[in-house]
This record gives sequence, structure tokens and C-alpha cells, in this order.
Amino acid sequence: MKHVIIGNGPAGVVAAEALRKADAAAEIVLIGAEPEPAYSRMAIPYLLEGNIDESGTWLRKTEGHFARLRIRELQARVVSMNTTQRKLLLADGQFETYDRLLIASGSHPVRPSIPGIDLPQVQTCWTLADARAIASLAKPGTRVLQLGAGFIGCIIMEALAARGVELTVVEMGDRMVPRMMTPKAGGMIKQWVESKGVRVLTGKGVQRIAPAGANPGLLDRLAQAVGVGAKSEASGLTVTLSDGEALGCDLVIVAAGVAPNVGFLENTGVQVAKGVLVDSRMQTTVAGIYAAGDVAEAPDLLTGAHLVAAIQPNAADQARVAALNMAGREAQLPGVLAINVLDTLGLVSTSFGQWWGETAQNGGAGTELVDSANHRYLSLQFKDDVLIGATSIGHTEHVGVLRGLIQTRTRLGSWKDALLKDPNCYMAAYLASAQRAA
Amino acid sequence: MQKSLHIDANKCTGCLQCEMACSYENHGVFNISKSRIKVFNFEHAGRKVPYTCTQCSEAWCMTACPVDAIRIDAGTGAKAVHEDICVGCKVCTIACPFGTVNYIAETGKVQKCDLCGGEPACADACPTGAITYVDADWTGLDKMRAWAGKTDTQPRATA
Repeated sequence: MKHVIIGNGPAGVVAAEALRKADAAAEIVLIGAEPEPAYSRMAIPYLLEGNIDESGTWLRKTEGHFARLRIRELQARVVSMNTTQRKLLLADGQFETYDRLLIASGSHPVRPSIPGIDLPQVQTCWTLADARAIASLAKPGTRVLQLGAGFIGCIIMEALAARGVELTVVEMGDRMVPRMMTPKAGGMIKQWVESKGVRVLTGKGVQRIAPAGANPGLLDRLAQAVGVGAKSEASGLTVTLSDGEALGCDLVIVAAGVAPNVGFLENTGVQVAKGVLVDSRMQTTVAGIYAAGDVAEAPDLLTGAHLVAAIQPNAADQARVAALNMAGREAQLPGVLAINVLDTLGLVSTSFGQWWGETAQNGGAGTELVDSANHRYLSLQFKDDVLIGATSIGHTEHVGVLRGLIQTRTRLGSWKDALLKDPNCYMAAYLASAQRAA
Repeated sequence: MQKSLHIDANKCTGCLQCEMACSYENHGVFNISKSRIKVFNFEHAGRKVPYTCTQCSEAWCMTACPVDAIRIDAGTGAKAVHEDICVGCKVCTIACPFGTVNYIAETGKVQKCDLCGGEPACADACPTGAITYVDADWTGLDKMRAWAGKTDTQPRATA
């Protein structure tokens, strides 16, 4: 049996290891498109902060790890495939055959169609190559405009701030991390970040990026006239926002979302919506072909709605289930639980599940505890007596039980009322109801 | 023979010696807020419940780690955080459904129980035998994951 895995990010690597564990004899090929050892994009911000070197981003640190497991690493880009002949066409013209295939090709950053988006000083922050470029461009005092303050944007923001750049963040949504945080929590994060010296503009987009001086806006000309916009004149950019404001900067970082890498699946029968559609065994619409991680679109555990959940714990769970099925074992994943944790310049926030709650007529109820002075926040959302979602700021102790309670659909009984009165007692509620410890 | 922590909440008096010992063992100070084992106090039920990592076989913390910083200790079977590799991303803290991995802001790293390399300070410190370090299959149960169910002999707290 020959297993081929497209993509050597967390999903690909976990799947390869799980396959080897399940089948000692199988042939396993792990394809990565970048000229790097298998690494974690999630670690890139820490590389930019200088906390680790490039080897710190590697997914496996032990020398010869993949060779020891007899996993063949192949650096190649898959351009198309023939599902009848079970054959992949690679960019260098070579073919690779497979018996079972895992699509773990991940995602790529989206560059919104804005004039000037392809200028050399406009960078995404996604690959190690991107990180190297940003490291050479973002020096202390460099004026950086970051487009997007979603989850990934906020992580990048932390790294940029640590590099001592002069940072402005522009977010189209009405708050920071709008797809992960409640309005209140998003507002608290914005306040915190602003207090740390980052300029945050929400509810605004970028209309145009142009070399400075090419067609300077009024503000830019004014700034230059009073001598504050003259810095890095030669290589500078002028960014025009949707409200007409023009900002001078040296570097634009695009963090406006990501999209699954599905281009090579055109005309293959592998059905793609936003990502590759999979069932609870992580099998695609073509038998023998599976998908996992950021490229896969699976039903949400709570709502049943198909979603791409681009988080590492989900990638690892999906990869393990896909690998077991590829090896002929029985394994299912009942659904994806969206969970996230974020550190914005020292303020730690989390979100779990259906954090936005459920309507009262569907049995929904919730509570929100705001402690602005201490930068703490907790929102718990219930359906009947089951926790379905949570958002927190400033909580770093035992937050995992919020996942535990949601995932196991623990009936809270009278603890629900206790939590509505004091959401902070979630650990006691967990011990008493999920672990039956009291 | 692999060993695991066995917790019998019925024997716990809430003296917090385990938390003190854990803090001293791992941080060199007697500061229970740094402890990796926590005793929860259920006042209404008059019950104290020590709680820490079960070293579960699924090890969501380990597969959630993006940089291979959580690894199985060959000697004890514990899932141990390698602080020199941990980047402090905190993904393990939300991935662990048991809530036993915590982020420590001062160090910028996460911490969890690592069984003290095979000599758990909490078990040594416990004066009542509520925390013991025993052969993993001593109870015939899947490690100590079922510990709480086993101690379920008291009336439920109703808050």
C-alpha cells in the first residue's frame, strides 16, 4: 500500500506518523512544496520576535526523524492529478502514483484586489521566505501598515511590535478579531493594543497603495511639508484608506485572510466548496482520497455547518482520523470544534465553539462578565444546560476545560445557574459535572 | 512498570502541602499559585479535590504543539514540556480538554505536571495518602483518568 500525503505542515506530518504507527509496512511519501524542512507557520511570529531561530519552527526537531520512520520526504509542487490512474503531476514534470491520498495542502494568504498590492514593499507573512523578507524590511522605527486584524493578523502584530516598528493596523471589521471575539472583547483588545502604542483603525479598508510621491494625497503632502513624512522617501509608500486618509509607510503587511490550496483539484471529481469537502472519516467525494487540516471543510460539531477550521489541534485530530482510515482502520471525527487562543501584546484571549451564543427560543442563554480595570473578561454561552461557547480575556488557568465541557456536551444541571451567576467558577463546574468529583 | 499519580479525594484535607511541594520542586519557591497540581474546594459538599494532568494517552497537548516542545518522557511516560523549545503560543492550553496545561506569563512558557521525573513531590508531601504514585495498572483502570469517578462516593455539590 502506497500512501501519498500532499503537504508537510502539521496535518501532513501527524498523518504520516499516524500511518506509520498503524501500518509498519506501508510506503509513505510526504510532499512539501517549499524548500524547507517540515515547519510550523504558527511559529513564524516567534521567529520574527527573535525568540527562536529557524530550526525552532521545525515541526520535528530530532535529526533523521522522517527517515527513521521510513517516511520519504519529497520536495515538489502538485499541479494536477488523475484520480482514475491515481497519479499526481508535479511541477517538474514528474509523476507520483498513489494507492491512498491525503490532501493536506493547507492554505495561502489572500491578497485583496487593491491597486498597488503587488508592489515589492507589500508583503504577506505566511512562509519562512516571507519571514526572511519581513525581517530584512521591518527594523526599529520602520513605518509598517498592517492590513487585517483577524486572528493571524493579531499574531503577526505582536511580532512586528516586538521588532520596534511604528505600527498601524487597519481592519475592515467593526472590531479586532471579529470572527473570534465578541464585540465587547474585541473592543477591550483594541483598547489594550492602542495603549501599547499601536494605532488601530477599525471599520476601514485600504483603497490604494502607491509609491510615495507618485500621486501624494493632501495629508501626505502636508506631512511632507512639515517634515514628518519625509522618512524613507525613496522607498516609501502612500496608503489611501477608504475614508480618504492617506498614510505614509515603508512596509505593508497583508493579513487579510487565507484560502485553501485547492487549485490542483480542478476537474478531478474531488468536490470543493470553500475547502475540500470531507465526511466524518475525512474522506473526500472520491473514494481513497482524504483531506485534513486547513484545506479541509468539515461539519461544525455544534451547528453542523461546513467550515474550514484552520487551527492546529483540529489539523492534528483530522490528520489522525484520516490516517487511520487510510490504513484500513475505523475512525470518525464527529465534528470540528473551533477553538482559538491569542496573545495581543501580552493580553491573552481565547474563544471556543459557538461563542456568539444561541437564541432564547432555541434554548440559548448566556452571561458576560466584564472587568475592564483588570483587563479580564468572560462570556459563557449555553444551550439548555450544556455549554456551547465561551470567550475569555486574561484567563490562563484551566481554560482547556471550556473545550472539555463543550466537546463532551456535559449536562451541567444546577451548575448552569451557578455559572450564570458567577462564570469564573467554570473549573469547579467542570470538576463537579464532567469529572463527577464533587 | 509505568507508574501514575493516584488521587483519592476522600482522603484530602485541603492542607495544600502538594501545591507547596510542587511549587518548590519546579520554581524553587513556596508559592501555590505556581503549582501544577491544584486542590479545589467544594465548600457546600465539604470536599477538597486535588487535580492535575492525567498523562492521558490521547495527549491533545502534545499533538497541538506546533514546535515539538511536548514529548513523552521515556522513563515515566509523562508528557513533558521542554521549556527551551516551547515558544509560548498557548495552543496546548486550549487543546487540553482537562484544563491541566497553564500559561505562565513570567516565563512566557506553558507548564504542566511531568511527574517530577519519576518522584512526584506532591505525592511525597501528601500527609494523608490522598496522592500516591502507584503502578499504572494498580487500579485496573485506564491510568488515573477515571480517578474522579472512583471517588464519586459523596453527595453532589449543588452550588
